[in-house]
Amino acid sequence: MTRALLLRALTKKKKLVPPNAHRSISIITNLSRCISTLILAEHESGSIKPQTVSTVVAANQLGESSSVSLLLAGSGSSLQEAASQAASCHPSVSEVLVADSDRFEYPLAEPWAKLVDFVRQQRGDYSHILASSSSFGKNILPRVAALLDVSPVTDVVKILGPNEFIRPIYAGNALCRVRYTGPGPCVLTIRTTSFPVTPVTESKKATISQIDLSNFKEEFVSRSRYVGQSTQDTERPDLGSARVVVTGGRALKSVENFKLIENLAEKLGGAVGATRAAVDAGYVPNDLQVGQTGKIVAPELYMAFGVSGAIQHLAGIKDSKVIVAVNKDADAPIFQVADYGLVGDLFEVIPELLEKLPEKK
Amino acid sequence: MKILVAVKRVVDYAVKIRVKPDKTGVDTQNVKMSMNPFCEIALEEALRIKEAGFAKEVVAVSIGPSQCVDTLRTGLAMGADRAIHVEASSSFLPLSIAKILKSLADVENPGLIFLGKQAIDDDCNQTGQMVAALLGWPQATFASKVVLDKDKKFATVDREVDGGLETLSIDLPAVITTDLRLNQPRYATLPNIMKAKSKPIKKMTLEDLKVDIKSDIEIVEVTEPPKRKSGVIVSSVDELIDKLKNEAHVV
Repeated sequence: MTRALLLRALTKKKKLVPPNAHRSISIITNLSRCISTLILAEHESGSIKPQTVSTVVAANQLGESSSVSLLLAGSGSSLQEAASQAASCHPSVSEVLVADSDRFEYPLAEPWAKLVDFVRQQRGDYSHILASSSSFGKNILPRVAALLDVSPVTDVVKILGPNEFIRPIYAGNALCRVRYTGPGPCVLTIRTTSFPVTPVTESKKATISQIDLSNFKEEFVSRSRYVGQSTQDTERPDLGSARVVVTGGRALKSVENFKLIENLAEKLGGAVGATRAAVDAGYVPNDLQVGQTGKIVAPELYMAFGVSGAIQHLAGIKDSKVIVAVNKDADAPIFQVADYGLVGDLFEVIPELLEKLPEKK
Repeated sequence: MKILVAVKRVVDYAVKIRVKPDKTGVDTQNVKMSMNPFCEIALEEALRIKEAGFAKEVVAVSIGPSQCVDTLRTGLAMGADRAIHVEASSSFLPLSIAKILKSLADVENPGLIFLGKQAIDDDCNQTGQMVAALLGWPQATFASKVVLDKDKKFATVDREVDGGLETLSIDLPAVITTDLRLNQPRYATLPNIMKAKSKPIKKMTLEDLKVDIKSDIEIVEVTEPPKRKSGVIVSSVDELIDKLKNEAHVV
């Protein structure tokens, strides 16, 4: 049994060695390219965000023997609370690094990008630096990459090897396979819906270390200031990770009518999404926009009401397991991607669905 | 104050793209090209700031092949004062574009650099952040509202972030990247299109700017995404619920 496992491990290792490895140069690069990943973690009110755990899942696919360090920055007790949760969020996390300072109270790109570079210099060379492709990761990571003089890869949906990735381009209408060939660390943002978190039974606690910031010089502190935030309070599940998403388009016609979508989402225990048209018309706030420039979702069930199906919108829903479309226009492009289509008036269909759908347990 | 706006020529947003059979990329021959929608918004915002008396000059910049001049003419017709075309035969990674923009900023000394938040072809969402890093300037990405202070010392920017809006105050000079809801770009009128023909477009080369072009990412292949299998049209709500329950098992 153990012999078989060992053998399998050996053959796997062999596969990782490229065919030209007999040349001494490539052996050296291979040795120095031991995979160690630094993940810029996102946390909120004392807990680590699910997107960060997905990013850890992605980091695991970079290679066989990889070490994963989570970097948490912030200040005060909620940071320490998040750190202790982060230490046991996934068995493959080997280390949690904590940067506790008022300078990181808010996620401003300038000090945070500097911090990633600072940690990299202090803690040894990471081969990979990752964050999720959330507005947080997209804001900070390209800035980090420019400080390191490397090209980052945005929105990785598949990892083929330590330096080879697939990412969507042209609103997801083409997939681009890229290879990172630079000498510096490989900087990636991860499309988290492509790396689902499977529940793990094994529990492990990683070591938590505080980062010594006494040598951290930050010249931008006063040049960029956090003023405030207006968050949409909602009890519904987060759009990015919901199991069911119910979306409304322009055809809803008003804020009041959009309540229909909200009611249906509630009944299904799902999140509410919207098209750009619905957001622009002011029916819902813009953080509910689904598509190329909004959120990318991949729920088990995606229901679109009065959504025509512009390519920019489809870019955000293509990976949903089951797509349902209800539209008056039988020629709407949304029907080309829908698993189940119903041609009809949403103002009749939604109330009927509300009445006939089984009660959520 | 001067505002620099970077604009990119991309395949028009309404075009259904085709992947080349040899998998080297997307077919851009004989395809309608336009200014990247986010760049239009960036330019519009710069023009509004100028019209409000906060800026003296709006300079549009584009990097790429000779046809980029058309994109710049569009920008001039919208109201930009002059344009700079950095001629380059191949396309560059955002890091190189950021370096080119940095070296232009060193020459032009703008108080603000506006860019779109992402180009709709490569969907990278990187260039603005990288320019800011290289210049050592503060950044405000995904802007949906920009208000300048009257002494032009700082800008208050609303940013579209996951879960709502965030407001930042950043000192100038700074880099701002624009989100969709920042404004509604204007159309160029015929007289303005005619006027734009006499506005100057300065040609520059990479040698002029002394930028070291780096290509540390190699495109291995470009493929079509997997197609979804075609679905069915149901005739009633009852049938739909039945399918969701018994076939798809999602409710």
